[in-house]
Amino acid sequence: MSDPHTDDHPHSHAPSDNPHGPHPYQADLEDSPHTHYQVMAEAVGELLIEKGVVTADELRAMIELIDSKSPAEGCRVIARAWVDPEFKARVLTNVNDAAEELGIDPGTIPIRAVENTDDVHNVIVCTLCSCYPRLLIGLPPDWYKSRAYRSRVVREPRTVLKEFGTTLADNLEIRVHDSTADLRYLVIPKRPAHTESMGESELAALVTRDSMIGVTTL
Amino acid sequence: MVLRRHHDMGGLEAGAVEQGEHEYGPWEKRTDAIMRLVSDKKRKIMSVDELRRGIEEIGPNVYDEMSYYERWITSITNNLLEKGVISVDELGRKMAQIEQRWRQQGATKP
Repeated sequence: MSDPHTDDHPHSHAPSDNPHGPHPYQADLEDSPHTHYQVMAEAVGELLIEKGVVTADELRAMIELIDSKSPAEGCRVIARAWVDPEFKARVLTNVNDAAEELGIDPGTIPIRAVENTDDVHNVIVCTLCSCYPRLLIGLPPDWYKSRAYRSRVVREPRTVLKEFGTTLADNLEIRVHDSTADLRYLVIPKRPAHTESMGESELAALVTRDSMIGVTTL
Repeated sequence: MVLRRHHDMGGLEAGAVEQGEHEYGPWEKRTDAIMRLVSDKKRKIMSVDELRRGIEEIGPNVYDEMSYYERWITSITNNLLEKGVISVDELGRKMAQIEQRWRQQGATKP
């Protein structure tokens, strides 16, 4: 059997031919606040740098890029779409291109926008793993990656949304979009009522991450 | 009855969604950064699909016990070992070094 991951032992991820045996680091970890995986992440990064696969600068710059991503960029896209119907049409055609118009780099994986209306409410999930428009709205919240959310939101979205404090009218159609490695989604929430006098940046401040996932409304 | 693998959980019964969140720690961002670098156009050492395959190969019970980025670094490491980018020996020695270094530093890192 070549797959080292199929038994139930919690430390089976260690390479089976590891010279330190099946529990190579566990004893040491009892004295250390670091987990096996933290040490592994540090080690893999250092090895890749030593081998010249990546440079320390590249790794640092990439971590900074990840840190720089937040829901704010997605909020800007939504606010512009609310105030500019032509922009919204372009968002609905191609989120990536539309985001670039605003100077945002949303990455190369296609993102599809799904718009909430008076008749339809959209919610996104990745049942198989955790696909998420992370280059546009940052890293996903823990619950998005949880077994409970991934399992249930496709089966009983209304109940799950209630757990987020979102109660939708019975006649509203709910569409759940299951993301993949090759296609991610972004919900365009409905613009709140009585916001006609607001400017784009004020509107952007109303948009929340959860509303772009579709578990809440504004 | 369709047989599913354990990561394929859409539509199954499960408990309430726990909405607690944590800030991503430095080691988690480092893991994400490593993945993006080894999969970028310049390097193409491994793909997102290979990352997923490695995650999906983690046994069911272990999968549920592991955190998200624990699954990632496990898959990344196994892929890099399989491809010969790093060796088991190098990894073992490097991890032992780091543990020793962190212990000496009073262990305040990630």
